[in-house]
Amino acid sequence: MAVETEKGDVVLEVKNLKTGFSIEGKMAWAVRGVSFKVYAGEILGIVGESGSGKSVTSLSLMRLIPDPPGKIAEGEVLFKGRDLLKLSFPEMRKIRGKDIAMIFQEPMTSLNPVFTIGMQVMESLKFHENLDDAHARERAVEMLTLVGIPDASKRLDAYPHQFSGGMRQRVMIAMALICRPAVLIADEPTTALDVTIQAQILELMKDLQRKRGDASILLITHDLAVVAETCHRVIVMYGGQIQETAEIKDLFDNPTHPYTKGLLGSIPRPEMKGKPLTAIPGNVPSIMNFPKGCRFSTRCVEVMPHCHDNEPALIEIRPGHEVRCHLFSGESE
Amino acid sequence: MSESPNAENLLEVRDLHVHFPIYGGVLRRKVADVKAVDGVSFDVRKGEVLGLVGESGSGKTTIGRAIINLLKPTVPSVHLSGSITYQDNEGAQDLNGLDRGTMLPYRSRVQMIFQDPFSSLNPRMTVQQIIEGPLRVHSDLTAEQRADRVRSLLDRVGLQPEYAERFPHEFSGGQRQRIGIARALATRPALIIGDEPVSALDVSVQAQVINLMQELKEEFGLTYLFIAHDLSVVYHVSDRIAVMYLGNIVEMGTAEQVYFKPKHPYTKALISAVPQPDPRGDGSGRIVLEGDIPTPLAKPSGCGFRTRCPVAQPSCAEKIPSLTDRGEGHLVACPLVE
Repeated sequence: MAVETEKGDVVLEVKNLKTGFSIEGKMAWAVRGVSFKVYAGEILGIVGESGSGKSVTSLSLMRLIPDPPGKIAEGEVLFKGRDLLKLSFPEMRKIRGKDIAMIFQEPMTSLNPVFTIGMQVMESLKFHENLDDAHARERAVEMLTLVGIPDASKRLDAYPHQFSGGMRQRVMIAMALICRPAVLIADEPTTALDVTIQAQILELMKDLQRKRGDASILLITHDLAVVAETCHRVIVMYGGQIQETAEIKDLFDNPTHPYTKGLLGSIPRPEMKGKPLTAIPGNVPSIMNFPKGCRFSTRCVEVMPHCHDNEPALIEIRPGHEVRCHLFSGESE
Repeated sequence: MSESPNAENLLEVRDLHVHFPIYGGVLRRKVADVKAVDGVSFDVRKGEVLGLVGESGSGKTTIGRAIINLLKPTVPSVHLSGSITYQDNEGAQDLNGLDRGTMLPYRSRVQMIFQDPFSSLNPRMTVQQIIEGPLRVHSDLTAEQRADRVRSLLDRVGLQPEYAERFPHEFSGGQRQRIGIARALATRPALIIGDEPVSALDVSVQAQVINLMQELKEEFGLTYLFIAHDLSVVYHVSDRIAVMYLGNIVEMGTAEQVYFKPKHPYTKALISAVPQPDPRGDGSGRIVLEGDIPTPLAKPSGCGFRTRCPVAQPSCAEKIPSLTDRGEGHLVACPLVE
């Protein structure tokens, strides 16, 4: 369910982020100059296929790129007037989990199997807020109850293997939200879950976000349907770049980039039953093999000769709707 | 043997049970059974696509593996009962309990496409060796004839014939799935079991593979048992759909009946939980189920769904409800719904 919101203040601004990995002595750029803003109280979706750079973008914001082989080469990540990319590691640790928190795809591997749920949920409270055991425990029970874990005071002493996948993802959400972060980054939070459990978790995230009007969520996913039901705005990534960005309704009503159109056409819809889907031809190239010029040119059905030579810029075609495509860059002739 | 199979059916599964014993304690005695499939009957008609849909633990994958006798070799202690009757022009045969030798001729007629394109291809074999594997076992073709067949299969699934000399790691996920499809087609099978064949693929590539599978079905007159968890994909490809929950089929009918007029409370919740690519949907019709799917090890008595069912009654705990016809072949296993 997409909810209309007034745009609040900018809480997080990413400027020209460029992140790469050294592969056999050559740099492969997974994120090639990505800029966007996250407003207070919005759910912003980043959607893309594997290799689009969506996860590397989110890990770069948290400075979780392993260096080496990874490297954040350029850009700024501005949060409360500070550039997170320039902070020292101890300073960054004070931000992680407190101001910006993250939940990951695999609820099975993201929790430490040898510590109780309680110890893991309370860890960030003790670190960031110096709470004693009793108070931390109280807050943890409160938070676990809020995310829908029944009998939380007893479950606090259980270990992760005693929880199902959906319950573990609830624990992850509780851990992420317990210090009331301004921004929650959720990287494919429901991809590993069954569809009825996915519905529960998405409902929970929307509900918690509504209750705390000023909190923002950055939702990273490959699933446009999840974006449609959850986000206010969406960024479509391909080849390490933003290809299109718009308000959610605008994107689904007026998909403009040929890649976005292809993605939407690839979703099997009931009215298309029995007919061939309008798939995007070819495969996502490996990170070393993207074409020069437009990154999508090798798969684009509307490709023009100069698309192979010149990289199009991201252009605003109407307020809030930006597209990176020569069809709209005024260079189409 | 039970009654003789209906001539329209390529496969008839009757009262299939698959139980995996769990051993525990000092003496390694049997302590429990995982009832992965707990009394399932269905037909696969010639030339149709039967979609088998369910969440994790529903038993859908186990059914696919039981049909091609893949369970015994990997879990020797597995307990299988019921019949799996395959029939074509050469007669009918119950595949359940066949040993390696008697099963062999049926392996060329029933082929499988697996979910994970990364682990289902042997990394040490070339594409040529992978695709011609079934031909070496099931045909008398010479090496040259096999090479020709591999090239034409590669061409048919949309890969360049020169790729025959390459190894799996040189391909993307979608390309590997095409190789898996070519391997399944090599022996000219009648029935293909697709076990989540597109689940691991990116959206754009998933659409390509779905289109390819539909083209091949027409071209080669194939019948599919299409096993998947994604209802929108299953609806798109299937003529009929069977919905599974904890080892039982809870609803079965034409794709339209099941997708647009679901009757079982689980099917209703499952369909309403599928996210829609429409930002105007307000989710108001959504039934959010409480709780988690129980493990098949601790399956509730009676109806497996009763612990999460919004309309459950005490009587639901008594026995597993049977599938009954609610008109026009729409089968529902719930006595509480019309």
